[in-house]
Amino acid sequence: MAASIFTAVPRAPPVAVFKLTADFREDGDARKVNLGEGTALPLLAAYRTDEGQPWVLPVVKKVEQMIANNNSLNHEYLPILGLPEFRANASRIALGDDSPAIKENRIGSVQSLGGTGALRIGAEFLRRWYNGNNNTATPVYISAPSWENHNSVFVDAGFKDIRTYHYWDAAKRGLDLQGLLDDMEKAPEFSIFILHACAHNPTGTDPTPDQWKQIAAVMKRRFLFPFFDSAYQGFASGSLDKDAWAVRYFVSEGFELFCAQSFSKNFGLYNERVGNLTVVGKDADNVQRVLSQMEKIVRTTWSNPPSQGARIVATTLSSPQLFAEWKDNVKTMADRVLLMRSELRSRLESLGTPGTWNHITEQIGMFSFTGLNPKQVEYMIKEKHIYLMASGRINMCGLTTKNLDYVAKSIHEAVTKIQ
Amino acid sequence: SSWWSHVEMGPPDPILGVTEAFKRDTNSKKMNLGVGAYRDDNGKPYVLNCVRKAEAMIASKKMDKEYLPIGGLADFTRASAELALGENSEAFKSSRYVTVQGISGTGSLRIGANFLQRFFKSSRDVYLPKPSWGNHTPIFRDAGLQLQAYRYYDPKTCSLDFSGAMDDISKIPEKSIILLHACAHNPTGVDPRQEQWKELAAVVKKRNLLVYFDMAYQGFASGDINRDAWAVRYFIEQGINVVLSQSYAKNMGLYGERAGAFTVICSDAEEAKRVESQLKILIRPMYSNPPLNGARIASFILNTPDLRKEWLVEVKSMADRIISMRTQLVSNLKKEGSSHNWQHITDQIGMFCFTGLKPEQVERLIKEFSIYMTKDGRISVAGVTSGNVGYLAHAIHQVTK
Repeated sequence: MAASIFTAVPRAPPVAVFKLTADFREDGDARKVNLGEGTALPLLAAYRTDEGQPWVLPVVKKVEQMIANNNSLNHEYLPILGLPEFRANASRIALGDDSPAIKENRIGSVQSLGGTGALRIGAEFLRRWYNGNNNTATPVYISAPSWENHNSVFVDAGFKDIRTYHYWDAAKRGLDLQGLLDDMEKAPEFSIFILHACAHNPTGTDPTPDQWKQIAAVMKRRFLFPFFDSAYQGFASGSLDKDAWAVRYFVSEGFELFCAQSFSKNFGLYNERVGNLTVVGKDADNVQRVLSQMEKIVRTTWSNPPSQGARIVATTLSSPQLFAEWKDNVKTMADRVLLMRSELRSRLESLGTPGTWNHITEQIGMFSFTGLNPKQVEYMIKEKHIYLMASGRINMCGLTTKNLDYVAKSIHEAVTKIQ
Repeated sequence: SSWWSHVEMGPPDPILGVTEAFKRDTNSKKMNLGVGAYRDDNGKPYVLNCVRKAEAMIASKKMDKEYLPIGGLADFTRASAELALGENSEAFKSSRYVTVQGISGTGSLRIGANFLQRFFKSSRDVYLPKPSWGNHTPIFRDAGLQLQAYRYYDPKTCSLDFSGAMDDISKIPEKSIILLHACAHNPTGVDPRQEQWKELAAVVKKRNLLVYFDMAYQGFASGDINRDAWAVRYFIEQGINVVLSQSYAKNMGLYGERAGAFTVICSDAEEAKRVESQLKILIRPMYSNPPLNGARIASFILNTPDLRKEWLVEVKSMADRIISMRTQLVSNLKKEGSSHNWQHITDQIGMFCFTGLKPEQVERLIKEFSIYMTKDGRISVAGVTSGNVGYLAHAIHQVTK
């Protein structure tokens, strides 16, 4: 047999969260708690019930049954840009029913494979068409820290100059607004900025409306392009509108922007890969041309998107009753996370755990940057069998009424014993 | 002003244009022969019974919606590999392969193209048959590779230009990438015979080429999954470590569910693990992990003996209907009094047929008879039914006599 062309292919390093999860699986201790990511799978965060179980939303079960019973449905190809009813409804959810951009017919939508797929299509388009025909050298700014896949998406889309912008202030455990604004002032004009619409991953720290206004003002003045990543709409505060405030504010300020939406968390449709890239442009003509080029990109990436998840979301969003049920289901998830936050904080404060713990309730969404240092994290894992990321990031979904006391006590021990 | 003022309108898709014109046509006899999806004898989309049964089984199990691994559903990828390679395949049994779930055929091709761009450093050139599926070129180009061609279709005979293909392939620079359609060549329907495949394997081996098989029609071409996979299996048996893209769009009618797979045949299982780790690194920034629904349906079918049996019968019946339409078209043309040789229509295989019609003739078919096809004379035999095959033959005869 001839020597292999792949002899030189190196083994890619395992990803930290995957290794963590594997360790968790092998841990035989009955007290073990996985705050690494909440699922058995690498890198990926998912909601858990108070019993620590995955949760298929009741409205999703209902709609799936409707789809299964509908014999008029088949498995034919969707259009390249996706299911029309899905696209229109998905963008409407992000931009709001009364969005001026929708009224003025200057929005476009691309059904995508999850939020990741939407980011990738947007990135590929920007590299080809954003500011002239070749944007490999256009700077792309990603928050420090951010979801680690953001970097890979833009690298693989061909961008060569990827930078970070200040975001997390570890000392004060909050947003480094001044650092962020300074970076925007110094960024070359026309740079692309990846903004988390809400529930910043991994810090859980979002700008306030006033802070967003300051950010928007700088971006407008310096011609910086806003590319929103909206993976948690509804899931963060429990309110769809509240979680979309930043995106809608930018639209009202006249920005052209992209918003990559994921329905993985707020619909619990993780494995059906339901996402949408919303495009807001100056006018319909521009948006049409943009969509025509995005179609070309989609065609060579996946041809046309998967049907099942889009049908579920479209059916739900276009029925007033199902829509109301969905909002209720979303609020259930958001409320449980909010409860876990307040319960954890109050226990730490009762225990007199050194330090301040208001950041636990001030942060929002699935994740929290606890402030635990790597040594303290190691203590948590080795001595208490509580698994969290070396960064101190915990997935709040891993907390339940049953393990709150144990987790709080363990954090207390870690902080008092280890410096 | 807008960021996008300079963005040009993308050129319209030629095949889409055919369907749009068809939709606007009010002629009750109109036929859409551009459609790339199977239709039953009433011209309707066909959801396979085994698919409906698998869906019912899945619904009753009330499974969760947790993310799949990056490489996809393990039961699906393993069954996919076994379907392509055959259960007795040494490569399969020794696990010297990696199969990842892809977004149907296109997504699987694209993963492979990106993988080759990153790790196949010997060449940037991908050799496609002339002609090939229209989307092959932009897929490989967007992945950062260059396109070349080898002779394949002989328009004079409407069949394989075998000596031209062998001649061109024997001159391809060593260690280039060559793409081969495993069966039911798209768009011509022209496949090599087994003896010809053997010669192709020999020359490809001699030139030390990286073989990329695109198998979008296993089972759908001849009606026999083993026969349709013969070339892929023969090449591997000859020691050619191919890469392979599979689609379940046509053979399971799962079009919009996007079920597919990409496979790399490796030297050994250890190498397969390394390759797998790199494929995951490519997939993650594209769409993180694949959609479950279609893969789960396909997995249930492939892994449940009764469903698998039923599937094999159904895929054969789809293939048989296509073959029967080819036969009826030819016999109807003879009945019309056509003196042309239409043998290529029954010699060709799979969904598509290169009729040999010229653009002017196609134009007349569209304008005078409301029969829609692409300008290259390609028809989708799936659009032909026992109810309209007579009309089609009549029309073709009118424009060719």
